[in-house]
Amino acid sequence: MLEARDVTFGYPGKEPVLHGFSLAVEPGERVAVAAPSGGGKTTLCRLLAGYEQPQAGQVLADGALLPRRGPCPAQMIGQHPELMLDPRMTMGASLAEAVGGKAAPGTAADAALDELRCRFGIRQEWLSRYPRELSGGELQRFCIVRALAAKPRYLVADEATTMLDALTQAQLWHEMLAEAEQRDLGIVLTTHSPALAARIATRVVELP
Amino acid sequence: MAESMQKTRPAHEGTAHRSGEHHHHHNHAATSRHVGDHHLLQVEDLCVSFMRYDDAGGRFFAAGRRQAPVLDRLSLAVHAGEVVAVVGASGAGKSMLADCLLGLFDPHATVAGRIWFDGTEQTAESLAALRGRSIALVPQSVAALDPLMRVGRQVQGAASFQERTTRKARQEALFERYGLGPETAQLYPHELSGGMARRVLLCCALMGSPQLVIADEPTVGLDLELAVSALSDLRAFADEGGGVMLITHDIELALRVADRVAVFRDGTVVEETAVASFASPELLQTPYARALWHALPEHGFEAREAASC
Repeated sequence: MLEARDVTFGYPGKEPVLHGFSLAVEPGERVAVAAPSGGGKTTLCRLLAGYEQPQAGQVLADGALLPRRGPCPAQMIGQHPELMLDPRMTMGASLAEAVGGKAAPGTAADAALDELRCRFGIRQEWLSRYPRELSGGELQRFCIVRALAAKPRYLVADEATTMLDALTQAQLWHEMLAEAEQRDLGIVLTTHSPALAARIATRVVELP
Repeated sequence: MAESMQKTRPAHEGTAHRSGEHHHHHNHAATSRHVGDHHLLQVEDLCVSFMRYDDAGGRFFAAGRRQAPVLDRLSLAVHAGEVVAVVGASGAGKSMLADCLLGLFDPHATVAGRIWFDGTEQTAESLAALRGRSIALVPQSVAALDPLMRVGRQVQGAASFQERTTRKARQEALFERYGLGPETAQLYPHELSGGMARRVLLCCALMGSPQLVIADEPTVGLDLELAVSALSDLRAFADEGGGVMLITHDIELALRVADRVAVFRDGTVVEETAVASFASPELLQTPYARALWHALPEHGFEAREAASC
């Protein structure tokens, strides 16, 4: 269970964005978080994935605090893929980083990564490119594969497919849901589209 | 150069069209008009390709070079007073089209084709001269804002001493119109929420009183209410006689405000049609446009095409 327990968080000099907020997500559950723009959706996602530390309260994954080192059991897919990738690394290197450095060719880890890469429609020729040579939607596929390659227990998808056309959005969600089903992942998602939330989520939570 | 700038487009043959009539690769919406007998913007047979090193084997210094096409014989028209939504898959070259219309060409790009703006044929230099004045861009990424500058000053831009007060007044008027409080001007970009950053970007574009606004994904990351209000701002701009090219992948939202939709695929416009054609898949002519319709979360969420690698 991915749990936020009485979490309070605010940015310096501002009113807290979240005040004593609690949320629990079971494996296999898909929770949509709804709030207006500026309402703290992204902040909540960053807390759940360990990018920020709550000022009060705790974030627990399967009963333990999020680890300070190593891959986080809750992996976040952000809404600005162009800001999530190192501009000086080739896309191939960024992918390899997610499985702890360069996967030796021919090994099981390499084959698994290749299979994941193909399922999310990442072409071989993109691997030698740098982030600025790919479009936002192409970059987001890398971000999703990176998140899944880190073997998470939970996925935090913060407007993960808003930059995609309807066809690609449907493809990527079908793949993500199949993967989540197979691995029994819990998903937290934010989206501005009520139709998409209705399609994917098993439960909708309003931020106060 | 000067000669080609004088060359004007021959008058549009027959400015009245029946609704649904096909001409210049498109059919009209009810609001489409030919002000001054020409399209506000007309693009014909635009091709863009990049010189790339061939990565298929060979030694480092002996690597061959080849042309990699991005846009392929693209034709598109925007009329005064209308919103044209350009929708299509990511990586199809939508943002590249915006760059071309702004005269932003990478040094290793090869460009062919013709572009008319307001009846005058354009060159790369003349398009660059129009950029930020008659043609303005609302960029896709919030990273377009300078992270070290307060947004108020950023929207005002560089101004001479005499101009500074008028530009400041215009910035304040724009902020007020788009629901940004006066205290917003003092914030840095990282202090803005996604929705506020979009509105700041729109204000930047409108500072120069443009005739044509190119909005590259203006609704990404906005909640539904704000997205609709951002789009109705564009709609209002078009109703006052401007032209809007709305580059987006969000068909459902685009259909709310656009007059016409250009469906983009693999670097070209496969179908340019009135919004009314999207009422049912039978009215759409190309298989890709129909697949797009079926993939909407409201219409079945079907992924008919398999991902390829």
